[in-house]
Amino acid sequence: MAGPTVEAMAAAARNKTGRPVVAVTGIGIVTSLGVGKSDNWAKLTGGVSGIRRISRFPTDGLRTTIAGAVDEVYRDDTSPAQRSERIAVLAGEEAIAEAGIGGKGRFPGPLCLAPAVLEVEWPERIKMAAMAAANGEAGYPDLLRVASDFAKIHGPFKFGIIGENLADHFGTVGSPISLNTACASGASAIQLGMEAIRRGECDAALAIGADGSLTAESLIRFSLLSALSTQNDPPQQASKPFSKNRDGFVLGEGAAAVVLEELNHARARGARVLGILEGHGEKSDSFHRTRSSPDGKPIIACMRNALADAGVSPEDVDYINAHGTSTPENDKMEYLGVAAVFGERIRDIPISSNKSMIGHALTAAGAIEAAFTLLTLAHQRIPPTINYSVPDPAIPLDVVPNVARDARVRRAISNSFGFGGQNVCLVMAREPA
Amino acid sequence: MSERREVWITGVGLLTCLGEGLAAAWDHLDRGDPPPYDDKSYAPYIVHPLAPVNFDKQIPKRSDQRQMEPWQLAGVYAAGLALGDAGIAGKPELLDRTDMIVAAGGGERDVDVDTAILAGLRNAPAPGVFLNERLMSDLRPTLFLAQLPNLLAGNISLVHGVVGSSRTFIGEEPAGVDAVRIAQARIAAGESELTLVGGAYNAARWDVLLIFAQDGMLLRDKFAPVWDRGPNGGTAYGSMGAFLVLESDAHAQRRGARPRARLSATGSDRNRRRPGDIETTLRRQWDAIAAKVDRARAGVISGATGLEPATSAERDVLRQIGLPVRNAGTYIGHGVEAQFTANLAIACAVLEHGKLFPPTGTGDGGDNPSELSQIVVTSVGNWRGEGLAVIERVD
Repeated sequence: MAGPTVEAMAAAARNKTGRPVVAVTGIGIVTSLGVGKSDNWAKLTGGVSGIRRISRFPTDGLRTTIAGAVDEVYRDDTSPAQRSERIAVLAGEEAIAEAGIGGKGRFPGPLCLAPAVLEVEWPERIKMAAMAAANGEAGYPDLLRVASDFAKIHGPFKFGIIGENLADHFGTVGSPISLNTACASGASAIQLGMEAIRRGECDAALAIGADGSLTAESLIRFSLLSALSTQNDPPQQASKPFSKNRDGFVLGEGAAAVVLEELNHARARGARVLGILEGHGEKSDSFHRTRSSPDGKPIIACMRNALADAGVSPEDVDYINAHGTSTPENDKMEYLGVAAVFGERIRDIPISSNKSMIGHALTAAGAIEAAFTLLTLAHQRIPPTINYSVPDPAIPLDVVPNVARDARVRRAISNSFGFGGQNVCLVMAREPA
Repeated sequence: MSERREVWITGVGLLTCLGEGLAAAWDHLDRGDPPPYDDKSYAPYIVHPLAPVNFDKQIPKRSDQRQMEPWQLAGVYAAGLALGDAGIAGKPELLDRTDMIVAAGGGERDVDVDTAILAGLRNAPAPGVFLNERLMSDLRPTLFLAQLPNLLAGNISLVHGVVGSSRTFIGEEPAGVDAVRIAQARIAAGESELTLVGGAYNAARWDVLLIFAQDGMLLRDKFAPVWDRGPNGGTAYGSMGAFLVLESDAHAQRRGARPRARLSATGSDRNRRRPGDIETTLRRQWDAIAAKVDRARAGVISGATGLEPATSAERDVLRQIGLPVRNAGTYIGHGVEAQFTANLAIACAVLEHGKLFPPTGTGDGGDNPSELSQIVVTSVGNWRGEGLAVIERVD
């Protein structure tokens, strides 16, 4: 509720539209490639795939048997909520340590979180059914009868539980915001933090996307929507964005955290500025629940909104971090969108998809890909789109095929297009404009 | 930074067990008629199901209706009411830049499929394989979309054409408070002119009740007003959809929209819920807005839910503050993420009528101020999150 102090407003570095500039001073990443951003960056630019055969649950009878699961940091019997929280903590701790901000357990700003979509899962239902009727059939009324006793042992289910636990762990300020905009969630979390800093509500914000929700049912649900690749063998070659033989996305897990900070605040305390979040854009689509408008208008408007918010033109963009899911539909539509926004120049702008290596980490994807885009700017090196051996002639793009490339990248845009028509684009730069 | 602008409520859409529209809710509350609730269908638990509603009126395409589960139907319906009330329904040039923040949970499943699978799993030699087979054959792909929290917003875009930005906040009661807080802050700072904000909840389902049964939060056996459920009291969850249209004052004036109220402050916070934490946080939130409140002309719409210790903690703080208090939750039940906007909607009705409805339990009290012009709306989450907002008459 409190407005910015006069001193804070006077001290804020302004961009040309007169708003505070949002810098990134910490980054943390966990994916199927590994834990920590240096390991992730080495593998991502080495063209390594994190997609493997699923070991967490039986895959008998399933059309898709592969995923980019994060297996090394948690046991198989953990719940999606526990897994998502665990990787959010790992990513958040890495980002905060790098930023060197606040004290232990005292982050001086709000938490903006894109957690996995949670619900009561089969292991919990099965345990409750066993408690309710050891030798008989248990219906939902029976599950409710024992739910309270079950929760005393296993902990209760809450939609807000990850955000509340993280707020306790990191000591963030105020009510933690947990949000969901489907596959754009991670980008939305960053956007909320940017807005809070621009409004002068805080000097810093912690934005995290975390998704450890791979279960048999989550896989089957996407499978029944015909959204997943079924080219299971070899797993590493299933995700092939922009290729002619692409046949769906591969589910991934992972988390990324970024510490956002008002630029002068970061400079005043001597923090290293890793990149600048220059602009964000949103535009919803009212065409279909899972498909984007065939004219591409919403995603075109989304990119243009982000560029306009950043105060830059398409000519100023050196790299596009694609949504690039590897579904026939997305990649075609994304080409249509970037071709409209960038015009003839699109053939010369490198555009690559991190999902070719880590799969689609759903609610975390937008945050992970923003983090990788910031690393692309910092290292002046573009991660490749791997598995690109059969180009799609309908998608004539420079996808940075198979091998990373050193390049001058001053500014990049990262796209996130979600189920339900929720689209978010972020514009990032290496240096303040 | 642009100068801070006023935020007006220019549209309200409410659908509860009291019927559709603000007038239906107000009339019932004002008459003090008995609260409608159902203590049979989910016995021993007590819920407030939606009043009968013809969804065709706001969701004309049956193909759209088939793609939604009841919580989404209620939300899309109430969103349509709010857009209509604000005079922006069916106006693409406005809807194209109307932003949206929805507060939602989820958790609706196919109870019959789950129950059959649970039965089959008992004797399955390879439970994991059995589960795969059954899920592959029995899950309906469309149900998945009807369960996703962000698909309420997605359906509002599809049905009503609201296609500015779209964000969905999750996480029980605080999601509803923060949705309003962020929507207000964005408009005040010039990041938005027009925002649809609200949520929906469906209490009349075993699978959804299972979530809150785990914390022993459900009211059972015997109905009583929210304030009078005793130390072992619980929450009677209520099905509802509740949306507001928030708008900058300048934008509303330009298009001649009538303000129902000014949203002058929204606060949200949290604590770890140690003894005394709720009181401390609520008190601090009140102190932050107290200077804006004219005590002679103000009342409180409490969001207390009947669960302890939250209900008693809020009652104590409200007693200290000393403003007249009313709680509508006894009537409409508790709609979790949707409850805060539902109570803001009811507060708009109170302002419109210039008086509070009759007390609904022992925590309610205080006489009607002679010129009621401000309402403080509270939210104390059953598990986490404290919030409040102030709305006032625009003269």
